[in-house]
Amino acid sequence: MFSDILFFLFAGFAIACAVSMVYQKNPLYSAISLVGVFISLSCIYVMLAAPFIAAVQILIYAGAIMVLVVFVIMLLNLDEDAPLNRLRYLYAVGGGLGLILLAQTFFIYYAVMKAPKQAIDQTETVGKTMSIGSGMYTEYLLPVEIVGVLLLLAIIGGVILVRRFEPPQLELVVNNELEARDKEDEKDDYRVAF
Amino acid sequence: MEPSLEIYLALSGILFTIGAVGVIFKRNALGMFMCIELMLNAVNLTFVAFSRYYADVTGQLFVFMVMSVAAAEAAVGLGIIIAFFRNRLSIDVDDASILKN
Repeated sequence: MFSDILFFLFAGFAIACAVSMVYQKNPLYSAISLVGVFISLSCIYVMLAAPFIAAVQILIYAGAIMVLVVFVIMLLNLDEDAPLNRLRYLYAVGGGLGLILLAQTFFIYYAVMKAPKQAIDQTETVGKTMSIGSGMYTEYLLPVEIVGVLLLLAIIGGVILVRRFEPPQLELVVNNELEARDKEDEKDDYRVAF
Repeated sequence: MEPSLEIYLALSGILFTIGAVGVIFKRNALGMFMCIELMLNAVNLTFVAFSRYYADVTGQLFVFMVMSVAAAEAAVGLGIIIAFFRNRLSIDVDDASILKN
């Protein structure tokens, strides 16, 4: 009963924050609402006996990714969102898609009734960091290595995307080229005069 | 007494729906990015709920993978957004219409 109340508290907070994220015009308010979603989901992970995932959720999502997003928002100094003007039909498309997805959600709600009602009581081992770590380096070694390569690619891609070819350098190259041509011209002139 | 599995799935579906609708409603590239993060989180909740109710650690392992992919996506996606802002001085996705006509 007590965990039911806690679940509905966190679930309501998560849904309210998610709606607020879509509704807010200011990107910074959206980002802070999204942090609220992450924190309440982390609380739900704790209730699901997954403390490692809960900690990683806070560390990676609320700690790293959202700090990056807020940093970019501050860096670009964005205005508030303008309302849709050209693509008004997107409101209808989005509403229809949302209704379809919600219908599917409630279909799942009724279809999963056959699933085990109560959690199987092996939570002493499953959610712990040790079981996750041993699974990661024995049975699922290949996916972990693929994720490592993916992170390396992301680092290289990020550096290449954000690198700036600065105009001064370009001017320098052009100036060097022009000077070289001038010298050659002088040489030619000298040759002609000679 | 704990909440049953289907109620976690219902919460996950509602969050996913909000994220998907947000991607369509928002014209701001950063807003769309955050909506995608919300959808990834909804899927993570499904993984963890199934992992709990079938007492299998695989779901939590794949949540870890999804988080790594989300971090990589954040690095590359924000790089693309900054590069776009440099060229257009806006991150409205309607301005990314240089291939039109």
